[in-house]
Amino acid sequence: MLSGRTLVIAVPFAFLLVFFLFPFFIVGKISVSEMETVSFKDLLTWSDGVVTLALKFSNYVFITQDTLYFKTYVASLQYALATTLLCLCIGYPFAYFMARARATLQPALLMLVMLPFWTSFLLRVYAWRGLLTEGGWVADLIIASGLDQLLYAFGLISTPGKLMHTPFSLVLGMTYTYLPFMILPLYGNLAKLDLRLLEAAADLGATPWVAFWKVTVPLSKAGIIAGSMLVFIPCVGEFVIPELLGGPETLMIGRVLWDEFFSNNDWPMASSVAVVMVLLIIVPLAIFSKYQAEAQEQK
Amino acid sequence: MRRRGTGVAFNRWFGRGWLGLGYLFLYLPIVALVIFSFNDSPIPNVWRGFTLKWYAALAKDTEMLAGLWLSVKIAFLTACGSVVLGTLAAFALVKYKRFSGRTLFSGMVTAPLVMPEVVVGLSLLLMLVSVQRALGFPERGMLTIWLGHLLLGVAYAAVVVQARLHDLNPQLEEAAMDLGARPHQVFWLVTLPMIAQSLVSAWLLTFTLSLDDVVLSAFLSGPGSTTMPLVIFSRARLGLNPSVNAIATLIIVVVAIGVVAASWFIANAERKRQREMAAAAHA
Repeated sequence: MLSGRTLVIAVPFAFLLVFFLFPFFIVGKISVSEMETVSFKDLLTWSDGVVTLALKFSNYVFITQDTLYFKTYVASLQYALATTLLCLCIGYPFAYFMARARATLQPALLMLVMLPFWTSFLLRVYAWRGLLTEGGWVADLIIASGLDQLLYAFGLISTPGKLMHTPFSLVLGMTYTYLPFMILPLYGNLAKLDLRLLEAAADLGATPWVAFWKVTVPLSKAGIIAGSMLVFIPCVGEFVIPELLGGPETLMIGRVLWDEFFSNNDWPMASSVAVVMVLLIIVPLAIFSKYQAEAQEQK
Repeated sequence: MRRRGTGVAFNRWFGRGWLGLGYLFLYLPIVALVIFSFNDSPIPNVWRGFTLKWYAALAKDTEMLAGLWLSVKIAFLTACGSVVLGTLAAFALVKYKRFSGRTLFSGMVTAPLVMPEVVVGLSLLLMLVSVQRALGFPERGMLTIWLGHLLLGVAYAAVVVQARLHDLNPQLEEAAMDLGARPHQVFWLVTLPMIAQSLVSAWLLTFTLSLDDVVLSAFLSGPGSTTMPLVIFSRARLGLNPSVNAIATLIIVVVAIGVVAASWFIANAERKRQREMAAAAHA
């Protein structure tokens, strides 16, 4: 007879082992398999009493040597990093002012940040297409204000006046989508800040500006890390946003994986790309898990 | 004493301005979607007058409606499964501080939150294909999509329920135990009513997540099992499409009503519970 405790742990544990962890090993295995016409060869073959282990590392050799792949990895990391920084620049002041708003207003402000979560992410990304293509509200505004010249000067768009399918529209779409993931942990952190520390800093002669950088920001480090990881990691492998808002020159690794799998039907290659993607995010992932575990223990 | 004056006033207005622009940024696409669903123009982002024709067209759009029905079924099953498994996972993590493999377990619970969906979808699909080769099932379709959504849903549900379990006062459960309640009675009579509202939020959140998912569904769907987001995605890829705006508006309205009703219900239940707690404390 199993005890309740064993069951409570074992059921979700088994589910995650079978459907989350185990599949990664299969991907690893397939990434070094030989591709056959419709399937992939077994790694171990048994012929004439001899077991042969056929490992094919050519996918990895190709991935590391082909400049297109290399450029895609670098570009994915760059776009993810740019998005994370933008989210931080917009989200930190946002979360800060939310946390300083009147206490009675704060639940409503929080609800307003969470509400877009409930409305389809796909549809909101699609909506940006309408806003950014020629004649769209935001496109008109940007062109009328001359901002497109600035974007052009920075190389974010290739022709002034054309905003869609550029690095600009891609980063804008990702910033838009992931901004709440930055705001929520930051708000959770900043709302708990002990205001007496700021008063103490002021009493000791710090200007508000100095107190902000020397007291508030260091104390919100955990929120900054959590928010940044929540934005950065999914952005690296993002598929839907680059597909809908990106252009032919904005290559991202999620799209490459998708094309290898759905267009080229090259499953071993898609698996290799997936393995490399996991390797790219494993360090931020470890930082995130560690932070998440610590945050849960502290409560 | 803090100085009051122009600096403070500037800060206040700067703060309000920043929040206002931030909310504008968050809500502008949603507002635009709704407005242009009533647009009587072949160019979907230039306004040319009011019409309901896209909604009329939607009623005859069998591909979209079939996708919607399949998505709702999957979302319902995903939400139920995620809440059950997510609650178990949250319980295991909050109540049992020591068991072998706990670090691995807690990592696996949170990892799907950030793991790129293309990786989760690909790996789950390749596993299911291997299983299918060995056993002859499962066929790709509703069941496999459900499994994929469940992985994501369990992670979200676990986070929501875990946060609530942390806030619970353990003395209430201890008191029930001291009064002779068995562990399962403590769970059903004490713990469950107290975490009920987090279960409702987790259910709604996982339902909407499932209703929205493109990537996992694309990997795990088979012929004849095209969910609504896949229909929307394939149309959106080709360009702007007023039918997408119309279905978007309907979804937004239904979800908004659902969320507002649910939060009203949760807030009410919370107030009632606090009144009862206060009354019990005074008695």
